[in-house]
Amino acid sequence: MCGIAGTLSLSGHPVDPALVSRMGGALAHRGPDERGLHVDAEVGLAHTRLSIIDLVGGHQPMSLDAGRLWVTFNGEIFNYIELRDQLIGLGHRFTSRSDTEVILHLYDRYGPDCVTMMNGQWALAIWDSRRRRLFLSRDRMGVRPLFYAHLNGVKFSFASEVKALFQDADVPRALDLEALDQVFTFWSPLSPRTIFTGIHELSPGHSLIVEAGCVRTWCYWKPQYEPTKMGSSQTLSEELQALLVDATRIRLRADVPVGAYLSGGLDSSVTAALVKRFTTTPLRTFSVAFDDAELDESWYQRQMRDALLTDHESLRCSSSDIGRVFPDVIRHTETPVLRTAPAPLMLLSHLVSERGYKVVLTGEGADEVLGGYDIFKETKIRRFWAAQPQSLRRPLLLRRLYPYMPNMQAQPLPYLRAFFKVTERDLDDPFFSHLPRWELTSRLKCFYSDATRDRLGTYGAVDDLRSRLPAEYARWDTFSRAQYLEAAHLLPGYILSSQGDRMAMANAVEGRFPFLDHRVVEFSNALHPTMKMKVLTEKHLLKRAAQGLVPDVIVNREKQPYRAPDARSFLDSGQATPEYVEELLSEPRLRADGIFDPSAVQRLVAKIRGGRAIGVKDNMALVGILSTQLLIELFIRTSPDAHDSERGTAVRRGELFVRAGLN
Amino acid sequence: MFGQASTDLRDDESLLDRGLIDSTGVLELVGFLERRYAISIDDRELVPDNLDSIARIVAFVEAKARAQVKDIAS
Repeated sequence: MCGIAGTLSLSGHPVDPALVSRMGGALAHRGPDERGLHVDAEVGLAHTRLSIIDLVGGHQPMSLDAGRLWVTFNGEIFNYIELRDQLIGLGHRFTSRSDTEVILHLYDRYGPDCVTMMNGQWALAIWDSRRRRLFLSRDRMGVRPLFYAHLNGVKFSFASEVKALFQDADVPRALDLEALDQVFTFWSPLSPRTIFTGIHELSPGHSLIVEAGCVRTWCYWKPQYEPTKMGSSQTLSEELQALLVDATRIRLRADVPVGAYLSGGLDSSVTAALVKRFTTTPLRTFSVAFDDAELDESWYQRQMRDALLTDHESLRCSSSDIGRVFPDVIRHTETPVLRTAPAPLMLLSHLVSERGYKVVLTGEGADEVLGGYDIFKETKIRRFWAAQPQSLRRPLLLRRLYPYMPNMQAQPLPYLRAFFKVTERDLDDPFFSHLPRWELTSRLKCFYSDATRDRLGTYGAVDDLRSRLPAEYARWDTFSRAQYLEAAHLLPGYILSSQGDRMAMANAVEGRFPFLDHRVVEFSNALHPTMKMKVLTEKHLLKRAAQGLVPDVIVNREKQPYRAPDARSFLDSGQATPEYVEELLSEPRLRADGIFDPSAVQRLVAKIRGGRAIGVKDNMALVGILSTQLLIELFIRTSPDAHDSERGTAVRRGELFVRAGLN
Repeated sequence: MFGQASTDLRDDESLLDRGLIDSTGVLELVGFLERRYAISIDDRELVPDNLDSIARIVAFVEAKARAQVKDIAS
């Protein structure tokens, strides 16, 4: 729930209440129910509220002891009832039933370490007025977002979304080219970096303190992959199911009705089935359907609807819908994306919100935590093949990869071998699992302009990541390393943010993810990799735990990742090209913005328009270039001051795009 | 081939090693050759030995064209 923002003066210059109010105003979509401010000379805190727990008593910012402590908090502490009971036992007195008040008491008693006791998804700030200390914290997996700008000696500002920070004219607006290079390698910037120069995010599992003008961040939790958990598939799957039941149960704690997404895949089916089977919550489910049979999973969604007898609603999404709302999508992702997959989820959250739902449970995280992705399978096959490089039979297993991609299946075997071939150098590389994917994505860099290339110089995104790996990484097996790279980077950097929080909160809908309960994550990380992928069966233990809970057709189906129509959402011979696409990809505009080479982009556009067999790379390139251009349009070209009277024409154009979007 | 990568390609360089051919690239390439040179390429001929450099493509297409001319002539 909610949006948070705030600013701390480091200069002695008093905080401007109007600025704090504007920062909160920029987050109104996250919390349409209420807005609260606390401003004194040194600090300003803003809160926009989506009321979910203790609708009457949970107003924010909330204080303890008449302003000794203040908190502004976005998210949920799912074990707040247990923590509250413990604190009451220790003599704490509560005036509300809210989880927010629990945070204040917990911090009061245990200080910054209190977050290690919390089970939940949070981004929070506590102003400790006696110590004159600002404390920030973000949940373990990075479910809820938190950004900050530290203007040395002047101020420290934070917010749920960057657009709130940009309400302050002192905060610079510029694209960080190295971060862009990271996006064009890994799909997202490497945390704590963001696509904007000078704006950082608080990384998942981290806390931060600003005290006496100094900023200090530290990691309070990180994933560890030590296979210490022994047992048979049977006993371990029972243990997993019990954990998932409890993770789901505490995620249904809300004073409003809770819905669930049904993608048609195993993970969301398990989540919905757990709600149905183990709780008394009435279940309402929602899903996305596509016209394109290659992407559509309606048949499986209907199997689940019929099995669970839920009140189900499906949103049909066309490629022109995606093209229409894409500017609004980027206004919310606040970072370039290489896929349009977030767009249908924004349309879906709109439907959910219209139906009066504020909370949805989804299956997000299961693939990262329990080993579902094809990249894990690819890694295993490449390792197996590399052990006998001359084998003619081993590379035949490559046919088992990406069954849902006709282009990949149509590949002649010699070419498949060439794409996935393993060199001796690769075998020793700590990024063995991910190098083919990153190399493919990096080919998008051929669209850079000469100026971009010059400014990047010798910068290498992969080497940058290499220098940031945790010390334990070297000890882990290949499978665990691949899991770590997914869980530490793509999950918070893209899945939970661009495709998760931002698309749901654009319409004031909060996502909750039982698979990302840290007890489930820690359990799974302690399993031997064969419990996750048995031979080439992905999510082995989860499939075992799901037997009898969801229909066999769902358990045994071929895994299909969630995708949406990409390039053809914008450039399709059968439909008019949206005006903003024409403009942002025009030669003069590309030249003026300077990031991409106009003639290379023009050739890509012509190729897509010509309908010539376009593959993954062309799709990613178009979406990446277009979203970067939109980001410049919506966030950089606009005047830093948000006062309407002072906005330039570029701002008005930006707003036009947004209006042309969802509304 | 969109950007600078294509400008300094040598005739004998591997398209795979240079990252110029990806999973759909080979299908595109085959479609282009079939249209442009009015030849028909069999699945068994889709191997890097025939297609993985400019020089190999030239040699392959020339051989195919000669064979087809011979077919027509005979």
